[in-house]
Amino acid sequence: MSTQVTFSKEELARYNRHIIIPEFGLAAQQKLKAAKVLVVGSGGLGSPVLLYLAAAGIGTIGIVDFDVVDDSNLQRQVLFGVNEIGKPKVEAAKARLQALNPHIELVLYNTQLTSQNALDIIKDYDVVADGTDNFPTRYLVNDACVLLGKPNIYASIFQFEGQVSVFNYTHANGELGPNYRDLYPTPPPPGLVPSCAEGGVLGVLPGIIGSLQALEVIKVITGVGEPLAGRFYIFDALNFESRTFNISRRDDNPLNGKNPGITTLIDYEQFCGVKAVEKPVKEITPAELYELQVKGEPFQLIDVREPHEFDIVNIGAELIPLATVAEQADKFHKDIPVIVHCKMGGRSAKAIRELEEKFGFTNLYNLKGGILAYIDEVKPELTRY
Amino acid sequence: MATIIIPTPLRKFTNNTAKLNVQADTIAQTVDELTGNFPDLKKHLLDDNGQIRSFVNIFVGNDDIRDLQQGDTRVKQDSVISIVPAIAGGRQ
Repeated sequence: MSTQVTFSKEELARYNRHIIIPEFGLAAQQKLKAAKVLVVGSGGLGSPVLLYLAAAGIGTIGIVDFDVVDDSNLQRQVLFGVNEIGKPKVEAAKARLQALNPHIELVLYNTQLTSQNALDIIKDYDVVADGTDNFPTRYLVNDACVLLGKPNIYASIFQFEGQVSVFNYTHANGELGPNYRDLYPTPPPPGLVPSCAEGGVLGVLPGIIGSLQALEVIKVITGVGEPLAGRFYIFDALNFESRTFNISRRDDNPLNGKNPGITTLIDYEQFCGVKAVEKPVKEITPAELYELQVKGEPFQLIDVREPHEFDIVNIGAELIPLATVAEQADKFHKDIPVIVHCKMGGRSAKAIRELEEKFGFTNLYNLKGGILAYIDEVKPELTRY
Repeated sequence: MATIIIPTPLRKFTNNTAKLNVQADTIAQTVDELTGNFPDLKKHLLDDNGQIRSFVNIFVGNDDIRDLQQGDTRVKQDSVISIVPAIAGGRQ
């Protein structure tokens, strides 16, 4: 197939530094041009992956992302600039990548990857690069790749740590390598690991780890070098230490072990326990809160964010960070409505569930969309972050 | 003494210590000593039955203890033991 791939004069000039590498050459560049790579997530990891794959001349790149560019993305998502804030990420990415390399084709999926659409989207690609940010989608991408027989170039980051591996890779001798379920059979239950706003990530880390992910994509496509299959790389940026572990396939892997029980995509939210914890909590909209404030009706407003977030912007609430809610439960009134808020509504919902379960509160209301929604709808002059 | 490398997400349970030394002959003893010294680590490493959680991997040197002798895997004086939990990215 790759022998039929030809290059224009401009492309040959562009890819010259690849082509003159003896182990790489024109043949590898042809394989890149013939290849179709799907990048799932165009955020912290997706940014360097997409930039380097586009620059390297991957013929067709698909991008899956349903998000829009937010100013809090720019600390690490180097694909985007201030002019793209508010735009769909896939469209902003396309503009940037097409400007970087007009010789490649970009296919956009402005949607969330789901059990319903994943097989349909992934089946047209040769290689998948997983740069998503949550466990349900990790398992979804993994399972879809295994069911379709596609290599899954995996990378993940948290705070100062990065992980990289090449999953479901078939070696030249026909031997199939391990996948994500061999490494981690089940995800952590929700709540055991910190969420985005509590956890955070050093902006340059996805740049490092995403670049390694792009490297492995290129190696898998071209067959140059030894891909990181059957191995698992971790990088600790704090101590500048890296380790590469050996990993193996497991007989009890439900996808392709001895007795596979999963033959089609499942409900990954349920598998990861995300649905189970989402017991509904009572909500109040920013407009309703504003009405209470204007009318001067009795209520208590509690902010469960961290002190550094409170310092950036607050709406006059009492600060009780999520981790301290249980020990400060006596500060929550029981006789008047208590409105609890955080940045976007996730942590305050957690706080309410904890207080309801442990202390039997019935008067707690979650501010829908958090302080950000309140700022957008009621007080646009306040600082967003 | 063997060295244990604690991953970033669990360092808050080890007084922010990244590397610890333990005197132990097996991985099971290592985990016992570790959770004895740092009780808050226990629910992150072990399930209700005292088994290593399936989203936490332990490596001795470069090898997964599941490919060795699990909890019975021998630990030597110069062994480096890595605890590597699953991480998914920003929106956990």
